[in-house]
Amino acid sequence: MMRNLDFDVVIIGGGPAGMAAALSARANGASAVILERDVRLGGILNQCIHQGFGLHYFGEEMTGPEYADRFRKLVEKEDITVMLESMVLSLDGDKRVTVLSPTEGLCRINAKAIVLAMGCRERTAGAIALAGSRPAGIYTAGMAQKICNVDGYLVGKEVVILGSGDIGLIMARRMTTEGARVKLVIELMPYSSGLKRNIVQCLDDYDIPIKYSHTVTRVEGSPALTGLYYAPVDENRRPILEKEQYISCDTLLLSVGLIPENDLLSGLNVEMSGITQGAVVDENRMTSIDGVFSCGNVLHVHDLVDNVSKEAEIAGKAAAEYAKNGGAPDRDYVSVRATDGVRYALPQRIGKGEGKVKIFLRVGDVYKNCKLIAESGDKTLFSKKFMVLAPGEMGSLEIDRSLIDGDVVVRLEK
Amino acid sequence: MNTICIKCPMGCPLIVEERDGRITVSGNTCKRGEVYGTEEYSQPKRAITSLVRTESGEVASVKTSCDIPKSRIKDVVDFIGGLTACDEARIGDVVAHDVLGLGADIVITGRRR
Repeated sequence: MMRNLDFDVVIIGGGPAGMAAALSARANGASAVILERDVRLGGILNQCIHQGFGLHYFGEEMTGPEYADRFRKLVEKEDITVMLESMVLSLDGDKRVTVLSPTEGLCRINAKAIVLAMGCRERTAGAIALAGSRPAGIYTAGMAQKICNVDGYLVGKEVVILGSGDIGLIMARRMTTEGARVKLVIELMPYSSGLKRNIVQCLDDYDIPIKYSHTVTRVEGSPALTGLYYAPVDENRRPILEKEQYISCDTLLLSVGLIPENDLLSGLNVEMSGITQGAVVDENRMTSIDGVFSCGNVLHVHDLVDNVSKEAEIAGKAAAEYAKNGGAPDRDYVSVRATDGVRYALPQRIGKGEGKVKIFLRVGDVYKNCKLIAESGDKTLFSKKFMVLAPGEMGSLEIDRSLIDGDVVVRLEK
Repeated sequence: MNTICIKCPMGCPLIVEERDGRITVSGNTCKRGEVYGTEEYSQPKRAITSLVRTESGEVASVKTSCDIPKSRIKDVVDFIGGLTACDEARIGDVVAHDVLGLGADIVITGRRR
């Protein structure tokens, strides 16, 4: 017979979001279990050996493994159950989690509340319909990062990178310092979605060229990659094939976007956002299913882990309260809508009440000298001028909930 | 010298020049750009992160305990490549002190397990 376990709060995923959610749930009196499929806690932080983590949360700059270790030690000090190498197979509407674990075998965990913290995965060659043969030597940037930084192998010697997201830029530097030659970074958009700091310190410092408004048109080689063709794109982002050029390489890294890993929800009727590809949530990060919460990169892709930790604390606390009270209080909700240059705003709904609520947002393009506005009815809840807002950096604003008078609209004024 | 300011997403293209011992920054939109441009010109520094092998051949991630001059990146990376950490090394342990006389230690930041 399948073993049954009971917990107030079950946290799926043991990365930065899962660890912070578990700590927060425990601090608010709930019994908590973290289900992690890897051999250790920390998630993607374990392979991000570069600096840039923790400045906002811990007030000091550290590397990914150090940030993970800091949280891991906090988790170990608390009475939190951690199940490693444990794969969640399914999740049903009655908050029963089926998990396969080396110590418990196939077991069922009955949860009063669930926190989804599964993170995100990378878009692949298939996802971007990369043309050409399917040779060895094509990796997502994060996969190459894991093979390099965790397993200790370099995936190639002559590298081209498609996409200039932060992981791609970081890997350009990493491959270079490990002795590979990064010949070119190719970016479809006229700007990078990565941080300026990474453009300067990962590319310029090592004289690695980047071509904007270009894309890879096809790859060549069998069984292994020998080179690829690339071309500039027109204003509709279609390649101008007459200007195609060839470059030899044995490795192509893809840094072309991240997708929240929400496969577990496929059987459930959770309302999803087509823009974030995560669940639609309220300010406590509760999804449309009562008692199921979502936080971190499975909810929306963040650029700073510090924000992930803070968001997970909100979800963990709310999940503990939900478990304790056997439900969430009945409240009136207003919707939060993004428009006029704002691609999304999260949470997508806010319960009426007192106190401040922070809204995270991303813009759809680079906007200079613009005003970010949040309004409700004819009241302006927030208004601030910005010299620049860019898609690569998540923005935020805070509103006073008591001023809410109908749906909240978040928009840009150019 | 031409560079891009990294202090905000604006990414102002900076031109830093030295005339008669005076450093001038142009292309910036705010004061932070001027400070950054001057620093990048006179003493650019970087923190380095990389990997070392342990005695049994596993990798462990490391960092420099403080920034080192940008011009010495390659020397420091090569130096780190020649280091071996003991198998018991833990996060925070120092693998090498005062690397190349630059004042930075090489510190373990992560282990596989």
